[in-house]
Amino acid sequence: MMPEWIRAAYVIARRDFVATVFRRTFLLFLLGPLFPVLLGFGFGGMGAKLAEDTARPTVAVIAAPAAFDPIRAARDRLAEASGAAPVALIQVSPGPDIEAQRDRLLAQKTPPVIAVLSGGLERPHLVGDISPRGSTVGQLRHMLEDARLGTAAPPRETEPELAVTVTRNSTGRLASAQGFTARAGQTIVFLLTILLAGAVLSQLIEEKSNKAIEILAAAVPVDAIFVGKLFAMLAISVVGIVVWTIAAVIAIATWSSGGLGALPVPAVGWSAFILLSVVYFAMAYLLIGAVFLAIGSQAGSVREIQTLNMPVVLAQSMIYFFAASAVGHLDEPRGIAATIFPLSSPFAMIARGAEQPALWPHLLAILWQGIWVALILRTGARLFRRSVLKSGPARRWPWQRKATA
Amino acid sequence: MLHSVSTDLALTATDLVKDFGDKRAVDGVSLAVPTGAIYGILGPNGAGKTTTLRMLLGIIDPSSGSSTLLGRTKPIEAARDVGYLPEERGLYPSMHCDDAIAFMGALRGLPLKEGKRRARLLLEEHGLGAWASKPIRTLSKGMAQTVQLLGTILHKPRLIVLDEPFSGLDAINQGKLEALIRREADAGTTVIFSTHVIAHAERLCERVAIIAEGKVAFEGLVDEARNRLRPIVRLKTRAADGPWRSAIPHDARHDHGEWTFELPPGGPEPLLRALLDGGAGIETLAIERPGLHDAFVAIAGAAAAEAMGQATPIEEAA
Repeated sequence: MMPEWIRAAYVIARRDFVATVFRRTFLLFLLGPLFPVLLGFGFGGMGAKLAEDTARPTVAVIAAPAAFDPIRAARDRLAEASGAAPVALIQVSPGPDIEAQRDRLLAQKTPPVIAVLSGGLERPHLVGDISPRGSTVGQLRHMLEDARLGTAAPPRETEPELAVTVTRNSTGRLASAQGFTARAGQTIVFLLTILLAGAVLSQLIEEKSNKAIEILAAAVPVDAIFVGKLFAMLAISVVGIVVWTIAAVIAIATWSSGGLGALPVPAVGWSAFILLSVVYFAMAYLLIGAVFLAIGSQAGSVREIQTLNMPVVLAQSMIYFFAASAVGHLDEPRGIAATIFPLSSPFAMIARGAEQPALWPHLLAILWQGIWVALILRTGARLFRRSVLKSGPARRWPWQRKATA
Repeated sequence: MLHSVSTDLALTATDLVKDFGDKRAVDGVSLAVPTGAIYGILGPNGAGKTTTLRMLLGIIDPSSGSSTLLGRTKPIEAARDVGYLPEERGLYPSMHCDDAIAFMGALRGLPLKEGKRRARLLLEEHGLGAWASKPIRTLSKGMAQTVQLLGTILHKPRLIVLDEPFSGLDAINQGKLEALIRREADAGTTVIFSTHVIAHAERLCERVAIIAEGKVAFEGLVDEARNRLRPIVRLKTRAADGPWRSAIPHDARHDHGEWTFELPPGGPEPLLRALLDGGAGIETLAIERPGLHDAFVAIAGAAAAEAMGQATPIEEAA
């Protein structure tokens, strides 16, 4: 037998769910967030090119120090002339087996290498997970030409062309692409969270204005109303997520030549990453939704809600940027701080899922966030109860208590 | 018609106080509502009736004091046996009538399927069968109010609380509502309603509480309230003056040839004898029992009565 409190929350949630999902406007709700989803996957599809262009990749140069020096000098000149940081270069002395050495470099994790240049200035050969027309190749071509000008070698009629071999497995590419996946995941979850928290707030305003809230409050515990409303919107969002995911999978399978396999794979794998993203979305939504609902219940009018809404959304954006800054730096203090702070923790953990393969930190994080969800729900429900119908004893500030004591 | 009333109490309140900031909305309200009674809470707008009902139902917490609802100190524990119609009607405009009624039943523990079945029957009974699958927003105000009332009684509660139920209804619907209240009470349900129209309370209630400025000025049987006042004598005489005038109290009013005064303590016999012996030439003589309105004026004061009198024409006509 279902406990009364849960039964009441279920009745509220079911009404809100049906009232929302079976409305024509739900179609707009479904179409609206499709934009960031498509954007996210669109960026994911372009990840190979974008990551190379925006991140600063590292290229390993297999050459003796003396042969490396002109290339490094050319890079420094390029940096000075352009005012931006070109690709980073590391020098590696040639080993007995260049092929094996190249494979090792492309697989190394610290620092992650996107491509390996060998053959010196005479027969330059670049191997890596790069686009032949991307900026990495362009910069290296420029550096090699510049380096040749600085050497004493006699000029030739035709300079040796940079040979480019594209591979699909470099740690640099993977780190860069996973960073992009992390940011895309964070952005989608953040936008969804804000959208849904705003929707649940609108529903509360509607109920306050049509006076239905008093009917509910007389029949069921106010806490059940609070939780019922939150979970209704969560269930609605799950419908949305299912639709959006199916649409995205179909779109990617249709238009991407490599299908889903063409996307950069998150460190924990796609299945675990999607599952974790849904869990972290639920956590983020419950945390932020509870805050929204508790704040919304304090307001007496739509105008007050709008006034309150702005600083709350700004604060949320700051939390998002805080979590976004942790991408690529998860084991550094800012990454750890973003993981521990409850409101940014779900976003930071999405990034961890994209960048690091270990699953046990996720169990810990979900437990930690679960504790905070319970705490914030409890506090939010109490505030909601106190404010939504101006219930509870009149608020007394410390100086008032002293005066009446 | 009076209903048999049990000595059990469906609802009690002891010294309920509610402060909103510096303003005291309810100031030490104590009530005792017997099971099976039709109980009226009378008072002008702003007297504290709605706040009192909200506290009794657990919608808001009292600043101090205690109450019981169907024997429970936590009102929410009795919620399944209570039906409540708030003063400000609250319905979801996009919901269908039968769904809205069934939802209100579901909130009180009635399974949705059964709720919908009962809702359709009730809508048929109340002449709204054709509207069962139409959205609330398409109904007139009176119809919407009926829908909400049906949602209040759908789960067959033991106690029905109606806050200003007659407000906004036309005379016909007020009559229907009165009939419904009587039917529910006949079936053993306790009905409590608040009103600022004394006529409704006078017609329906055995017991009333008169609330003014947050305080209970009177609580008891309607007859007890009336019995606080002496009967009123209305007299018309042929003689303008004479020895009979000594039988008329000094504070008697004389308007348009009619004397109006409280029956003297000796009762009707000595008065009648003095008028006859004194040569009054009685044209008409009526001894009337005071109405609840007179009792209200005496108990709550003329100002409160005046505020009560500011009812809409429809409410007065009922």
